[in-house]
Amino acid sequence: MNKLIQNEMMKLIAKKRLIVIAIIIGILVAMFTYAQFKEVERQREKLGTDDWRTMIQQTIIDQQNRISSARISDEWKQQLQIALQQNQYYLDHDINPSEPGAPTFMRIFLENSIELFIPLMVMVIASDIVSSEHSQGSIKLLLTRPVKRWKVLLSKYITLAFAISLIVAIAGILSYGISGLVFGYKGWGAPVLTGFSVTDAGLDTAGVKLINQWQFLLMDFGLVWFVAIVVGTLSFMLSVLIRSTAAGMGVMLAALISGAILSNMVSSWESAKYFFMVNLKLTNYMNGNPPPIEGMTLSFSMLVLLVWWAIGLFVSFLVFTKKDVY
Amino acid sequence: MEKITLSVHNLKKVIGKKEIIKGISFDLKEGEVFGFLGPNGAGKTTTIRMLVGLIKPTSGRIQIGGYNITENFEEAMKHLGCIVENPELYPYLSGYDNLLHFANMLDGIGKERIKEVTELVGLKDRIHDRVKTYSLGMRQRLGIAQALLGRPKVLILDEPTNGLDPAGIREMREFIRFLAEEEGLSVLVSSHLLSEIQLLCDRVAIISRGTVIKIDSVHNLLSNRERVVWRFHPIEEGKRVLRSVTAIDEREDGFITTEYDEIKTAEWNKLLVEAGVSVTEMNRKMPVLEDLFLELTGGDSIE
Ligand SMILES: Nc1ncnc2c1ncn2[C@@H]1O[C@H](COP(=O)(O)OP(=O)(O)OP(=O)(O)O)[C@@H](O)[C@H]1O
Ligand SMILES: [Mg+2]
Repeated sequence: MNKLIQNEMMKLIAKKRLIVIAIIIGILVAMFTYAQFKEVERQREKLGTDDWRTMIQQTIIDQQNRISSARISDEWKQQLQIALQQNQYYLDHDINPSEPGAPTFMRIFLENSIELFIPLMVMVIASDIVSSEHSQGSIKLLLTRPVKRWKVLLSKYITLAFAISLIVAIAGILSYGISGLVFGYKGWGAPVLTGFSVTDAGLDTAGVKLINQWQFLLMDFGLVWFVAIVVGTLSFMLSVLIRSTAAGMGVMLAALISGAILSNMVSSWESAKYFFMVNLKLTNYMNGNPPPIEGMTLSFSMLVLLVWWAIGLFVSFLVFTKKDVY
Repeated sequence: MEKITLSVHNLKKVIGKKEIIKGISFDLKEGEVFGFLGPNGAGKTTTIRMLVGLIKPTSGRIQIGGYNITENFEEAMKHLGCIVENPELYPYLSGYDNLLHFANMLDGIGKERIKEVTELVGLKDRIHDRVKTYSLGMRQRLGIAQALLGRPKVLILDEPTNGLDPAGIREMREFIRFLAEEEGLSVLVSSHLLSEIQLLCDRVAIISRGTVIKIDSVHNLLSNRERVVWRFHPIEEGKRVLRSVTAIDEREDGFITTEYDEIKTAEWNKLLVEAGVSVTEMNRKMPVLEDLFLELTGGDSIE
């Protein structure tokens, strides 16, 4: 098995995909860092101060204005209300929700890339790992060795899991390293609030806990990794089912993007919550943003994803070991 | 008795609702080159895919080195080396890394053996270049090297000379003969060219539409089927002379053909000359697959 994994690693490295992904992440992080930097600068100019309390105060006023405006929908209003209450809570407890520094940037970057960006990067590797053998024809050599098919597939899956972990790690390291150049590398111990829960009545702060940023980050990383593994496994399944890498990628891309869109508009279509793609934004539960569909919780979403993962893995192995190769 | 290395019994394959392979049986003996001859679409590749475990037979039994491939896949495959259609190796890896990749999938095959097979197929100089940069002939060799890595008893090659130039074809042919005669491998070679099978194989199975029409040694199959093509004038006189000794066929292009027999043909030539007919051309001609088919199937043409 070790040698099989070694083989897959050799092919993965020779294809240079991981390097391309690292470059893409690097460029994106650099762009976000610059955008963030500009934003801070603009705020400072506008308010004439860089005291975060003033800034939050300003944000709260903005939000209040928007809520009282007649043109926005009730739903949107409710979301704003929740965000406002949260900001108020931070202010009341004298905690800066966006303490400047690389760790905060990293946290925000992870939270924003969990739904689409990281899954996309994972997909690039996962959707090609089996189907490329088909399109190249090398599958004929791979499956005519004295090695059982499930072992061949397992070695590929383990390699994929390793690559996914690497992608998540790269995202972490680059977002920390690059943003730190601008914002400084401090802020691991900054206090962060978690445990907000959204109820019919609005924001419930009863369960709110104060934890260190690094603890929060650790949880974020766990969630990002989990989501990446689930998306990776589903792409892997498509890679087994569809010979063409491009077609597999297309299907996955459509699913991911529809997930991003659906999350914003399915609140009345309740059974949509069983789709894996509306459950990807796990980090939202951590900082108390309202879920896309009422009644969704962290454990619900994780359970849904877990079921999809198991199905994906099962189908992959079933089909791969049984199917005729032409 | 010679040892049987590959044994196929009543193999069938149904794809969709169509029966593509309709019960094929044959055996391969140690040290022989066995030809698999049939026109396009006869089912050669489909049969080979079943032999190497890429597709599951609908029914029937395949044994390699005594192991049943459905029941004991790993053991059976240890005795097999193969190339199905083209050797599609990883273009982005070097030849060496490709061999390393496949050696990793075999027990106890290491760098020593990789070096050995590289030298055997004569790829030593280019082995560290990427496969992308190889010519078709070099890819074929690398394919063979890959197939030989595990010291197989049975080598299966699907149209191994496909796309090679005449020199390459001859080299490949000599190499395959060498493997069978010197190394004692059983080699199964498929082809749709009779001429190729004739030069390369000891025995041949002729298949058409998913069934084996005949299995015989190449010698038996082809002797008494060679023809002589004549050209002479005056043509009517010549025909009269030949007709008195043998059956003749007239071809549209003005050539006359008769059966071939070393001694008789020389005598007929003498008769012609004595009768004042000048013989301008006299050629021995190998039968082509089409003719053989016509004969074996009694006029049933190729699909
Ligand atoms: N996947 C498939 N689905 C349906 N029919 C198939 C499939 N693969 C092969 N066939 C059919 O099986 C028959 C035999 O095909 P096969 O490729 O085995 O022929 P072959 O003898 O190798 O021919 P060639 O000399 O052209 O390589 C053909 O009629 C082909 O159409
Ligand atoms: Mg073929």
